Amino acid sequence: MAQLNNGVAANITQKQPLWLLAEVTYRCPLHCAFCYNPTDYDKHTKNELTTEQWINALRDARKMGAIQLGISGGEPLLRDDIEEIVAEAHKLGYYSNLITSGVGLTEKRIQAFKEGGLDHIQLSMHDITEEINNFITNTKTFELKKKVAAMIKGHGYPMVLNVVIHRYNIGHVDKILEMAEALGADYVELANTQYYGWSLVNRSQLMPTREQLAEAERMTNAFRERVGNKMKVFFVVPDYFAERPKKCMNGWGEVFMIVTANGDVLPCHSARSLPGLTFPNVRENGLEWAWKESPAFNKYRGMDWLKEPCRSCDEKEKDLGGCRCQAYLLSGDAEAADPVCTKSPHRHLIDAAIKDSENPLLREQPIIFRTDKNSKKYAEGDRERVDQFHSLP
Amino acid sequence: MEKNIQHSDIYAIALHHRFQWEEVQQSHVILFPEGMVKLHGGAGEILKRVDGKTSVGDIVEELKALFPEVADIEADIVGMFDLAVGKAWLRKVN
Repeated sequence: MAQLNNGVAANITQKQPLWLLAEVTYRCPLHCAFCYNPTDYDKHTKNELTTEQWINALRDARKMGAIQLGISGGEPLLRDDIEEIVAEAHKLGYYSNLITSGVGLTEKRIQAFKEGGLDHIQLSMHDITEEINNFITNTKTFELKKKVAAMIKGHGYPMVLNVVIHRYNIGHVDKILEMAEALGADYVELANTQYYGWSLVNRSQLMPTREQLAEAERMTNAFRERVGNKMKVFFVVPDYFAERPKKCMNGWGEVFMIVTANGDVLPCHSARSLPGLTFPNVRENGLEWAWKESPAFNKYRGMDWLKEPCRSCDEKEKDLGGCRCQAYLLSGDAEAADPVCTKSPHRHLIDAAIKDSENPLLREQPIIFRTDKNSKKYAEGDRERVDQFHSLP
Repeated sequence: MEKNIQHSDIYAIALHHRFQWEEVQQSHVILFPEGMVKLHGGAGEILKRVDGKTSVGDIVEELKALFPEVADIEADIVGMFDLAVGKAWLRKVN
């Protein structure tokens, strides 16, 4: 096909923020134990960007090449201007996705989203049992989610279900997939919990065993074989049980750009947990400066900053040293190799965390739910509980 | 594989997929939930003619006329349809 490429060469050398994630609010009616939002999110619930500021951000990002737009949170539907944001996104040519718990999605609103040109809705589901759905989210939302799923289907949207997997539902993966099939899902993402924010606080209580994980993969593959192309199932492998880290966010400042509720511009969801970095804000220098020029976006771009054992590693291009947040949160060094890697001198921290999760005393500790009250405590610097659950060296 | 694509076949962009030109990237793309494919110039030339009305044969004729210097363009085009159908980017309408 190269012969047909007459003078139309794609520019692939310049990094563009192809994916824009708009975390429009940190307010949320659910209190999920595994939420990756920052534990001190409460600081950012009162200084949210205005509708106009969001629309300007969408325009600027689109000019820079952003094309996939996720509207997320918190629960985005707690804002009453999502209709306006969606309509503007459509006019700008985004492929837009509303990422929701379903709480607050009404016939009237979904109709407005359809008319505004929203492309798809990703609904979070938690389990086949009401008990576990309500437990892990600390809400009574089980029946509501089924109703919302039917509403999404009824309006001709592709049905994209996201199920975060943890110890409490991993044994039901086969039944969860059957439920998704019955609901008419087109895509299902089985996202094994990654440990940042609230899920890190609750890590020992949420982490499944290696055996549970192997069984869940087996059930997923059996389901795929039976259903074939009709439904796409993504199984996001938890990296604690892997030997090499993931190429986090597909590389720092490579394709993802996140704008948070208060306007901070981040290369990944939990980047604000890293020390010594000041992240740009859309209220100040604008998105183009943030992406191209800001020290924070350039800090871990590419491979020049890598330390040993990554620097001389022949696999460095595959994972770029892994996740910066995970490296810092576990080892205390943001430039260290991701401790998930078996070549990392900190791998023992991951093994210790796995061991912790097998310790009956730790795994039965009460879960700390994502609530405003708990978040206020974290925002005030009360990290006592977090430290207790760290596997310190 | 390529025998699956007939000249009389008519295709459209698959449901929940969108095909568009991206100015910043100077390329056509296909968008779908959670993903995107960036197409090189040749693939874009083909897919922009896929409209649910024009047959594969008509697209082949049109591109042959436009790019007479390209040898065996037909096999390229049919190969591209084969790939796009296999990836579920296209749906057959007739």
